[in-house]
Amino acid sequence: MSSDVHFTDFKSDKQPTWCPGCGDFGTMNGMMKALSETGNHPDETFLVAGIGCSGKIGTYMHSYALHGVHGRALPVGTGVKIANPDLEVMVAGGDGDGYSIGVGHFIHAVRRNVDMTYVVMDNRIYGLTKGQASPTSREDFETSTSPEGTNVPPVNPKALALSAGATFIAQSFSSDSQRHTELVRQAIEHDGFGFVNVYSPCVTFNDVDTYDYFRGSIVDLEDTDHDSGSFDQAKDRILDSDKEYIGVLYQDDDSVPYSEREGIEGSMADIPDGAPDGATDLVREFY
Amino acid sequence: MVLSEGTIPEHENVSPAVTVRGSRRLFAGRFEIFPIMHEDLNWAIGGEAGDGIDSTGKIFARALSRAGRHVYTSKDFASRIRGGYTAYKIRTAVEPVESVVDRLDVLIALTERTIDENLAELHEGSVIIYDGEQATMQGVDVPEEMIGLDVPLQRLAEDAGGAIMRNVVALGAACEVAAFPIENLDEALEKRFGDKGRAIVENNREAARLGQEYVRENYDHDFGYGLETTDNDYVLLNGDEAIGMGAIAAGCRFYAGYPITPATDIMEYLTGRIEQFGGAVVQAEDELAAINLALGAARAGARSMTGTSGPGIDLMSETFGLVATTETPLVIANVMRSGPSTGMPTKQGQEDLNMMLYGGHGEIPRFVLAPTTIAECFHKTIEAFNLAEKYQVPVYLTADLSMAVTERTYEPEEFDMDAVEIERGKVVDGGDVEEWLDDQGRFRAHAATEDGVSPRAFPGTTDGAHMTTGLEHDELGRRTEDEDVRVEQVQKRQRKVETAREREDFEPREFGDPNADTLVLTWGSNEGAIREAMAQLDEVSVRLLSVPYIHPRPDLTEAVEAAEDVLVVEANATGQFADLIEQDTLERVQRINKYTGVRFKADELAAEIRDAVAKTEVTQ
Ligand SMILES: Cc1ncc(C[n+]2csc(CCOP(=O)(O)OP(=O)(O)O)c2C)c(N)n1
Ligand code: SF4
Ligand SMILES: [Mg+2]
Repeated sequence: MSSDVHFTDFKSDKQPTWCPGCGDFGTMNGMMKALSETGNHPDETFLVAGIGCSGKIGTYMHSYALHGVHGRALPVGTGVKIANPDLEVMVAGGDGDGYSIGVGHFIHAVRRNVDMTYVVMDNRIYGLTKGQASPTSREDFETSTSPEGTNVPPVNPKALALSAGATFIAQSFSSDSQRHTELVRQAIEHDGFGFVNVYSPCVTFNDVDTYDYFRGSIVDLEDTDHDSGSFDQAKDRILDSDKEYIGVLYQDDDSVPYSEREGIEGSMADIPDGAPDGATDLVREFY
Repeated sequence: MVLSEGTIPEHENVSPAVTVRGSRRLFAGRFEIFPIMHEDLNWAIGGEAGDGIDSTGKIFARALSRAGRHVYTSKDFASRIRGGYTAYKIRTAVEPVESVVDRLDVLIALTERTIDENLAELHEGSVIIYDGEQATMQGVDVPEEMIGLDVPLQRLAEDAGGAIMRNVVALGAACEVAAFPIENLDEALEKRFGDKGRAIVENNREAARLGQEYVRENYDHDFGYGLETTDNDYVLLNGDEAIGMGAIAAGCRFYAGYPITPATDIMEYLTGRIEQFGGAVVQAEDELAAINLALGAARAGARSMTGTSGPGIDLMSETFGLVATTETPLVIANVMRSGPSTGMPTKQGQEDLNMMLYGGHGEIPRFVLAPTTIAECFHKTIEAFNLAEKYQVPVYLTADLSMAVTERTYEPEEFDMDAVEIERGKVVDGGDVEEWLDDQGRFRAHAATEDGVSPRAFPGTTDGAHMTTGLEHDELGRRTEDEDVRVEQVQKRQRKVETAREREDFEPREFGDPNADTLVLTWGSNEGAIREAMAQLDEVSVRLLSVPYIHPRPDLTEAVEAAEDVLVVEANATGQFADLIEQDTLERVQRINKYTGVRFKADELAAEIRDAVAKTEVTQ
């Protein structure tokens, strides 16, 4: 089926209302391309979107989709995938959605290693609510709620992921279309929880983490001798706060995804018209 | 003392009152025994948490059940005074029992405090079995009118192979007191210890016999009990287990939950079992996640469920509106305990009715079902799944602590798996999805149909791809703030309730005299205690309507208007169900509320009903 699905099949007929120049355009395009390149079909794909400017992606893409409650996208995606491992499940949201209100779920989703892809459009700001500090905002970043800077260190989501036992951690940049698509594709192909943090600049509320800033500071791991199979190297890169690396930081080739580990096969949607065979044994247990 | 019956569903047995038959004065050794002979027995084992109280109690309950006797159990978890005390109580009779009474006939006391805690229920002639050789039991003071049996439980257990079996020694002693054939313990011990090997089972059987012999040899007399056995085969289960079994029967394949008393037993029951039917249990990081996990599974097409108690319902209310507005079928078990906040976590309460009816911001229809017995926990769970899918709504399935952790015997036929019918509602597949596409080929997941119910396409259905959102949406599931569309969607969601009212039988369960002047209304687990109270009330004739459907609910106006006294019984302080009845019927009702944390008892309810009726008679 892969050959006859074009990436535009994943596009809905709703025109995005993101600000012109918003990083989320590039992030979304890469996701659609990666989905089609990996042979997926909108009728067999489930997208869960968070709440935020980023979360609007659920409306602009075409697939089965749920746009849920702020911060809870990961549990929804986890439930979808466990109930039907045949579906391609993708979860997308913002840095506030994933690393602030939803950070508890992030850790546990990583631990469960369900075979799905999590794309975070990290603009280091709350876009939808018009420019408050986010958990990834820099310490000295001045916003309406942090006029003198946040005065707290930013969350390092890749470090959280690594310490929670992540099996795939990548960083991409929305305006490097080819590389971003490639990284999302690798996350989709990964057998387990594929986590991609995307620098997806907010042109309206963040004048610090701009396209120019990222272009000037990004180092592609492909241009280094980074070994993504090495936990220690991943740790060093992730904790290196002087550089903005993109690429696959860490991948565990021995990853066993949740459904395989738990022996879940096929969709749970198919059930008989009556009680399942063997149900009477449940009653006998109570003798 | 036969209960007058209204419409008693076939599968429900009529329950008798406490039957005290025969009367005979006993002189045995140095004891003078309370001159009654009990056909039923109120038995308990109590001690500290960690003493194996629960599992010992369960062994005895199972032995009674296997011997063809009916059993109703209850648990004292914590203390009125301080932590640590726990007890497992059994009421057993040949006839079905479905309530506790204020009486304790035989008590195994592993701690001195166990006796103090139960003084109010112990009576003249009650037997207390204890181990006087324990340092902590030296000062035990058995009240004069009672019979203390000092049995060296620990020493005899050591003789049988290990001190750990001291509770089983006590069970053997209790068998002798109750004149209950000890062979009945054997099967229950096998069930409990079978996986630990033959030797352990045999040692336990030996331990029980040592206990029995010790009593026989040292306290040679007839205690006045003769526990009749029958050939009936009963099953013994609690409300949480009944909910879990009902879920599997109903085709539930996904359960997500976060541990909380008294709902955890559902998750523990399903774990290890649901997998055999192709399902999974996920222990969530919190209830925020639990409901979202369950929501995801339901969107994928699985019959999906989450369960919790009050504090978890608070967290789940965040996502409740999302479930409802995306029209996702989901069963949420709320096994109530006493609140507010952490409240009394191991105590009975029915305080969350308003939370379930009104919780969550905005306005959105939901269904609330409240099974009234343990068997009904099974049946209503199946119904909850059918209703959730037929009307694409979240369904609260609410039990309460006193039912969830209470074991009760039933005929196995009560849980007839062949009678289970699965109704999935408007699910469309590849064949009929086309009917529901708009002129641009887009699936109308929230189509505003006449009955309010839209088509449902599981992910993977060709041409069915659609989104849905917690934002107000159009029939394609896409965000809108268009006034007409908003009104149309609000009305279509509301219409599902009307449709359900038309199509379903939301009837109360009726007992007693249909023409009685006294009408008792209740919801949830109080039904059993009220029925036993009615059997005690020779002088007052009562009609009982026990209501399992809280929303949508039956119209009780006629019944309320026809009665002279309307008493609403519920385990909360404010009378949340009574408020609903007043609101529906525009009539004032009387309220019988209990919020001590202890379940209603038959005897106290009989007194309450008697008082309430007498008061009306005086004022008239
Ligand atoms: C429970 C709750 N609290 C607050 C909000 C308001 N809110 C909407 S989006 C958002 C933050 C969005 O930031 P981020 O996740 O980074 O997404 P972005 O808009 O930057 O893409 C907040 C606080 C909400 N919708 N729900
Ligand atoms: S506010 Fe920022 S994040 Fe939101 S759409 Fe505009 S540019 Fe993008
Ligand atoms: Mg953001």
